[in-house]
Amino acid sequence: MIKYNIFFLASFCCSLILSGCYDQQSSSVRDNVLVYCSEASPQSFNPQLVTSGTTFDASSRQIYNRLVEFSPGTSHITSSLATSWDISADGKEYIFYLRKDVQFQTTDFFKPSRHFNADDVLFSFQRQWKRTHPFHKTSSLGFPYFESMALGKLIKDIVKLDDYRVKFILNNPDAPFLATLAMDFASILSEEYALQLILKNELTAMDNRPVGTGPFQLTRYQPDAFIRYKAHPEYWKGKEKLEGLVFAITPDPSLRFARLIAGECDLMAKPLPIHLKATLKYPEFKTLSEPGSNISYMAMNTTKKPFDDPKVRLAINYAINKKLLIKVVYNGNAEMAKNPIPPNIWSYNHSTPEIPYSLEKAKKILDSAGYQDGFEMELWAAPVQRTYNPNAIKMAELIQQDLEKINVHAKIVSYEFGTFLSKVKQGEHHAALLGWIGDNGDPDNFFSSLLSCAATKSGNNAAYWCDPEFDDLITQAGRTSIVKKRTQLYQAAQTKFSQALPWVPIAHSKQFIIAHKRINNFHLAPTDGMYFSGVTLTPFNQIQTHSDTEAN
Amino acid sequence: MLYLALRQLLNLILSFFVLTIFTFSLAHLFPQGVSFIVDYIPVDIFSGDSLLHGSQLNNSQISNFQLNESSQTDNIFISYYHYMSQILTGHFGYSTVRGTSVFSEFFIYFPATLELSLGAIIFALGIGLPLGIFAAQHKNKWQDKLIISTSLAGSAIPIFWWAMLLVLFFSLLLGVTPVASRIGFEYDILPVTGFMLIDTLISKQNYAVDAFFNALHHLILPAIVLGTIPLTAITRTTRSAMIRVLSEDYIRSAKTRGIAAVQVIWKYALRNAMIPIITTLSLQVSVLIAGSLLTETIFSWPGAGKWLLEAVNRRDFPVIHGGILAIASFVILSHLFLDFLSMLVDPKWRHR
Amino acid sequence: MASQSEFYHQTRIPSTYARWWAHFYENKLAFIALVIFISICLIAIFANFLAPYDPTLSFTESIHKPPSWYDSGDTRFFLGTDYIGRDIFSRLVFGARLSLSLAGAVVVLSASAGIFLGVVSSFANPWIDALIMRVMDFILALPSLLLAVVIVAVIGRGLPNAIYAVAIVLIPHFVLVTRTAIKHEIPKDYVTAMQLDGASKTRLFYHCILPNILPPIIIQLTLAFSTAILEIASLGFLGLGAQAPHPEWGTILSESHNDIMFASWTVTLPGLAIFFTLLSINLVGDGLRDAMDLEKNK
Repeated sequence: MIKYNIFFLASFCCSLILSGCYDQQSSSVRDNVLVYCSEASPQSFNPQLVTSGTTFDASSRQIYNRLVEFSPGTSHITSSLATSWDISADGKEYIFYLRKDVQFQTTDFFKPSRHFNADDVLFSFQRQWKRTHPFHKTSSLGFPYFESMALGKLIKDIVKLDDYRVKFILNNPDAPFLATLAMDFASILSEEYALQLILKNELTAMDNRPVGTGPFQLTRYQPDAFIRYKAHPEYWKGKEKLEGLVFAITPDPSLRFARLIAGECDLMAKPLPIHLKATLKYPEFKTLSEPGSNISYMAMNTTKKPFDDPKVRLAINYAINKKLLIKVVYNGNAEMAKNPIPPNIWSYNHSTPEIPYSLEKAKKILDSAGYQDGFEMELWAAPVQRTYNPNAIKMAELIQQDLEKINVHAKIVSYEFGTFLSKVKQGEHHAALLGWIGDNGDPDNFFSSLLSCAATKSGNNAAYWCDPEFDDLITQAGRTSIVKKRTQLYQAAQTKFSQALPWVPIAHSKQFIIAHKRINNFHLAPTDGMYFSGVTLTPFNQIQTHSDTEAN
Repeated sequence: MLYLALRQLLNLILSFFVLTIFTFSLAHLFPQGVSFIVDYIPVDIFSGDSLLHGSQLNNSQISNFQLNESSQTDNIFISYYHYMSQILTGHFGYSTVRGTSVFSEFFIYFPATLELSLGAIIFALGIGLPLGIFAAQHKNKWQDKLIISTSLAGSAIPIFWWAMLLVLFFSLLLGVTPVASRIGFEYDILPVTGFMLIDTLISKQNYAVDAFFNALHHLILPAIVLGTIPLTAITRTTRSAMIRVLSEDYIRSAKTRGIAAVQVIWKYALRNAMIPIITTLSLQVSVLIAGSLLTETIFSWPGAGKWLLEAVNRRDFPVIHGGILAIASFVILSHLFLDFLSMLVDPKWRHR
Repeated sequence: MASQSEFYHQTRIPSTYARWWAHFYENKLAFIALVIFISICLIAIFANFLAPYDPTLSFTESIHKPPSWYDSGDTRFFLGTDYIGRDIFSRLVFGARLSLSLAGAVVVLSASAGIFLGVVSSFANPWIDALIMRVMDFILALPSLLLAVVIVAVIGRGLPNAIYAVAIVLIPHFVLVTRTAIKHEIPKDYVTAMQLDGASKTRLFYHCILPNILPPIIIQLTLAFSTAILEIASLGFLGLGAQAPHPEWGTILSESHNDIMFASWTVTLPGLAIFFTLLSINLVGDGLRDAMDLEKNK
């Protein structure tokens, strides 16, 4: 009897262990598929609707192209869907000469019958611009970049000269215009696909089942689980060597790291400082880093009391120990911030006064504003990792502690990242921990997207701070292409900002990524974008020799 | 027999009725409910079914949780009638986050939970039954005491902590099991049935068998974690049931007649001990569902529990409502099934 | 010389409670468990004196310090520190207070509501009885954590709401136990005898029935207490119960889950706390059940 039971148990256990004898790494399926552990689900597959880098990584950077693009790893503009362009002398007219023989992707739900032409360009922009366009209201997300950069006011008209020539007529000269067209929201969609969708009455498929001209096309998406891509066979630059690309959506940073170490992913997004230290023990991984073009800040909603009082905002600036935050949250891998733009963006004003950490000053100012007994507030933070903030919840807890010392009682409120962003957009918060990554190396990208009056309407100005003088300065700076003049205007704007302090600017973080050594040719963009075009993989059985000869 | 079946059916209908009243009142208690989704258009993310007819957006068409319409009537009974007609035709509303139909989302995620639970039950039965029998045979000796105390300890372990310990030891320290998910990401398996083990085998890819073993490998640790508490329960029940049965006269007479001990246990004793074991299984269904909420979170297992929790975090009320309605219906159905099963096994009923 | 009290032979029949205690005391395991449980309660009560630091105070120079018996540990922090430098020992000690008091609140709420409903249900007319039982059956059928999660989703997250949610989930257990016990007692002869003697309904209830249904209710109280601790910890782990920076054990585990590879003590220690607390309560419950001879009665 005993023997029988033991035998049964033993065979049961054996069958369990047997399935473990399967070795993951020796599979040849992995040789041509890159698995990237990403930090969140995309909000959509249409980059026009969002500002979040996660969504751009999943959409514009793999599936679409733009008229012009940044060359990999830099903010230098090169040709893409537009082979060349002419700018008129007054800076108000741009003529783009479009590339011929560009194929859109053939997917399960769409087969193109024509090449890319001017109609697609017109469609992509008019959709964001014209309120009466059938695709204008298909999503509740709106067009945050198009609106906060006030492109509707900037662009007078877009004219199709012929199938391969498009003219943009502007109302006033705009220095960063080319850089703007290289941004993700300016991706080119397929007009033919749009027409088919109108006939089938499935307008939202435009954003959920994307069709673009880019290097990879979407094959399958399981929300919160994975996104699968395959190489676009007719890509105009030539089919990618990478056959398959998988985004393994893993919001939990420790799980991301565990997956990387276990070999389930080849590349890991947003490593925590502690992971960077730990990865040194594993020779098969390399760390890539880049000084970040980003800002992390706590926005104070100036439409809600007591944040409408600039004294209160100043007091809170004094009360927060930024040095500590950088040490604890960023593990030292960040610079303290005093301006809304990072120091590696030109026109950074080094002479802006830095608000030191001083509890007495904070209390004094708060008292003089009439809040001797302090007040209660909500501090919003999302439980995700962003390049500009590795752990917003941790930061919120530390800020909560700081504020307690001046009698300000903060309650930490958090939502899933997508929900968090939409609620902040609607202005439900008192104060929120947010951040921004520069998209094109131009200061206008920071100022008008986050602090302009237009951005209060689109909801991206989380402080809801609209100062007419400040707005005037940055608008003027956007109009001229004379760098010296722009620099002066932006520096004046930063001075204005430091007097009103609608934010507590916290830090500029360095960006890191941990990758398996088998990945070649991958560059981290200053905008922290994940561009997988041009990436190749060394087969696993060739890696051993690589690690001997390769110097780390 | 027929009378019994009818009585069970009546029980089912009554339980379901109470369930719908509960979810109906729940839907009315949701703080934001429908106003959260003002002009979001409901669409299925990959099948393209949309509610939109015509390019003009009509607010009443868009209120994609049809409860909204019924709550505008004053009479609660009519409201309830509208509600029931929606529920019974499978209209559970649309997710406010993704616009997909809650009903179809449920059937995408639930098979994963089912697969995990079945794995857990197989683990629990496979180890629990032999252990319980062993303990019963060696009643009050050290083997029995060891098994009882381990059972007791096992039922005091919080699942989430147990999962973390096992992951720390087996996945991170030893590296013998994967960390999370149902299958390695390099395998593109089309979800035909929703059961990864079946889908890998019927997929037409050239790595089908590899993928099958990979999926099995991913299933082990979560199944063990989820199955630990049912394991302790089944061990205890089997032990007490077997102790009772083994002390019966007919067992003694079978032994004296010289029937092999193995046969005595498996053919005679276990059959009679089955009823309390099936009752225990019935109770464990709820435990499995509750446990899967925690297990799926830790192992990133894309099942109904994780789906529901994410809806709670995103304040996606149609999903919360539809999720609990669907999961609770499943629990009620499985109780019914297991009750019926125990009646079949019980010889008292079989010869009616 | 025999003492005065032993001079006259008297048969002293020990009272029920004394009998129970004697039986319980004989059960060594249960007794040890009781001692452990009482120590945990004492730790919780005297947390202020035992804990060296405030549980929400973070020492940012000493993040992720391992327990003091390791080389890299610090004797200032007996069990090490967590991810923002809070002393784990202090957190666990205050966590004991939090978990025990929360569970206590839950049990008080659900027991009072449940026993009340159980009494009502057994003495009311059959229709009300059937209605109450149907609802209770329904709640019992649902997975407990699922129900708690949905309740929290509706009424919002946070400490007080978690208490209400778990209390609602536990009510049916008390209703069932009370009702079954009362229904079991009523047909007994001594009850009939008291009725014939002319006892009023209230007297019947308080003096006759109530003392005899106490054993199953006490057992249910211990069971509910242990379930409450587990449910609250589960809710805390899911982020739906006690919020940061409360040092509730489940919440601590949800925070330290991220650092399991680098700071495993932040995971093992809070879990051990929950484990030993639950184990001791379960063993006490088992011991009580044996001591009160409940199994044999059946």
